Amino acid sequence: MSILVGRETRLVVQGITGREGEFHTRASIAYGTNVVAGTRPGKGGQMAIDGKVPIFDTVAQAVAEVGANTSVIYIPASGAPDAILEAIDAGIATIVCITEGIPALDMIPVVEAARRIGARLIGPNCPGATSPGRAKIGIIPASIHKEGRVGVVSRSGTLTYEAVQAMTDAGLGQSTCVGIGGDPIIGTTFLDVLKLFRDDPETDAIVMIGEIGGSAEEEAAAFAAEHLKGVPMAAFIAGRTAPPGRRMGHAGAIISGGAGTAAEKIAALETAGVRVADSPTQLPRLLLEAGYRP
Amino acid sequence: MKIQEADAKSLLLAQGLPVPPWTVARSPAEVGTAAETYFRAGAAKVVVKAQVLVGGRGKAGGVKLAGSPQEAVGVGAKILGMDIKGITVHKVLVGAAVDIVKEYYLGAIIDRAGRRITLMASAEGGVEIEEVARQNPGAIHRVSADPLLGLLPFQARALGLAIGLRDPLLNPFVAIAQGLFAAMKANDADLVEVNPLVIASEVGPDGKTSQRLLCIDAKITLDDSGLPRHPKLEVLRDLDEEDPTDAEARRLGINFIHLDGTIGCMVNGAGLAMTTMDLVKHYGGEPANFLDVGGGARHETVCGAMELILADPNVNAILVNIFGGITRGDEVAAGLIEARAEQSREVPMVVRIVGTNAAEAAEMLQKANFVTAASLDEAAEKAVALSKGAAR
Repeated sequence: MSILVGRETRLVVQGITGREGEFHTRASIAYGTNVVAGTRPGKGGQMAIDGKVPIFDTVAQAVAEVGANTSVIYIPASGAPDAILEAIDAGIATIVCITEGIPALDMIPVVEAARRIGARLIGPNCPGATSPGRAKIGIIPASIHKEGRVGVVSRSGTLTYEAVQAMTDAGLGQSTCVGIGGDPIIGTTFLDVLKLFRDDPETDAIVMIGEIGGSAEEEAAAFAAEHLKGVPMAAFIAGRTAPPGRRMGHAGAIISGGAGTAAEKIAALETAGVRVADSPTQLPRLLLEAGYRP
Repeated sequence: MKIQEADAKSLLLAQGLPVPPWTVARSPAEVGTAAETYFRAGAAKVVVKAQVLVGGRGKAGGVKLAGSPQEAVGVGAKILGMDIKGITVHKVLVGAAVDIVKEYYLGAIIDRAGRRITLMASAEGGVEIEEVARQNPGAIHRVSADPLLGLLPFQARALGLAIGLRDPLLNPFVAIAQGLFAAMKANDADLVEVNPLVIASEVGPDGKTSQRLLCIDAKITLDDSGLPRHPKLEVLRDLDEEDPTDAEARRLGINFIHLDGTIGCMVNGAGLAMTTMDLVKHYGGEPANFLDVGGGARHETVCGAMELILADPNVNAILVNIFGGITRGDEVAAGLIEARAEQSREVPMVVRIVGTNAAEAAEMLQKANFVTAASLDEAAEKAVALSKGAAR
């Protein structure tokens, strides 16, 4: 059984009738993901995706009537925090929020609500998660994946695709790929995913993609040094050339007060025994050098 | 978004914080008029402070005292027009100088690891908090506001006690800390700092001396993601200190940061945009910009982004790197083809489009005779070569 997403996933798409919601739901279904429902308040009873997916007014109805256990959110920033809370309230176990641009202070109580109930929130401002060959949630292109035993975790979206593509091109398949999001306040951190990978019998090696800002990579490095000895691991950190004090697109990607630089993060990872790549394309080679044999 | 001290003070005042009166002046004459008002009201000295969005104003000579309106005019003339870290001073803040007994630091930040708002206070005020954190980390005291209930009075009290405040200044401190927290929430700020927060000595009309807490300097950074719901805060953006391309990038909804190199970059996704810059540098080139066209960019955005890149005269090569997920490669390709037909000058370009609808994009680009690359490294190498070729 894979982590976060897999054959057991019964997905409800919050915002299934929007442009992105519909486009990426089609891709998820084409990949084999079990999409059981969509929500669009006021359109309950209708069907979406060429009559394939029933629309409900609420997430609670999707849970009660078709057994949804996972949700993905394609709802604009003004409504996304409420959508997450609705999913938590409905008893959804894993919630993936793709939405970008949610004010950080809105996420503080939402992340706390998820934590108290024990719901797993991934994102916001994340590309989603894929268990290759089984299920795909979110906007990661299906074509880049290959089934295998490397776990990939990243703060970025498109940079994740770059890394996964490099792995697939080198013949290294993935167990789970998850983008945790580039915002300052996110539901699932590097540390959370590293723990899941450590305990996942289907993951034998780990690739981590970080970037400037905050200290999540340093915390991950400390965990790796202590708990991931013997697990082949490689990392890439974006933003070596980023100027300090500027928000580099992601709300969380900023070097402030001289802290959060790529150099500090790379040093912390290397000290922890993690190999750090100069380019995402080097990641497969570094994993092999770290002793990984697919 | 950073805002000026005077605007930050207005936002704190709106939450009931004790901020002494100030006037913003744009000419030495205005400085003189403002100073006269404060001297007439009984000030012994006035302070004139440069309004710029960079730190270290004091060290750069941008903060000065004056003992008379005439002296204030002279000081104003010196500071206005001054260059502080590359920023020209266009305005100053004028106010009565305060008789300071002791300086403190009080700030609220987003604690990313703890996923809470954390308040920090220190009895070592008036210096940069990063400096205190390096030299004497034990001097910084912290409390984390409850994620659901906010900053509770007992938490604010604990912080006041930790920095040594006692009756009768403790309760005013609690009110200030809660007001600071309220200012953060009300404006979607990601940083609110009062540095220094001071104990000021004041002589009342009866000739008696009393002490009270005052917020002497204020710094607020607003969360860009919160701005859409605070249209009144958008006007606080200081266009004097902004690159003109920043406004155009905002209008297009793209993230653009101007840099000093020669290779213009257009990328989708912030992490990949940073990586593209890093690889340009790795292969011996210099990026001219950070540009993230955002998720789901369509051809109008692509055309606008191309104009922004070309507006920089240093750009002599362009690297387009799109890994389609939510963005569809064919829409970007259509935008590039259209942009090239309309663009203001010819610059060699290498395009890499992979991911969603990449096959369609490849066909379109091939028909239009674009130079393409398959991998990120190849694209960066080619762009560096094009740039060096153009420079020769």
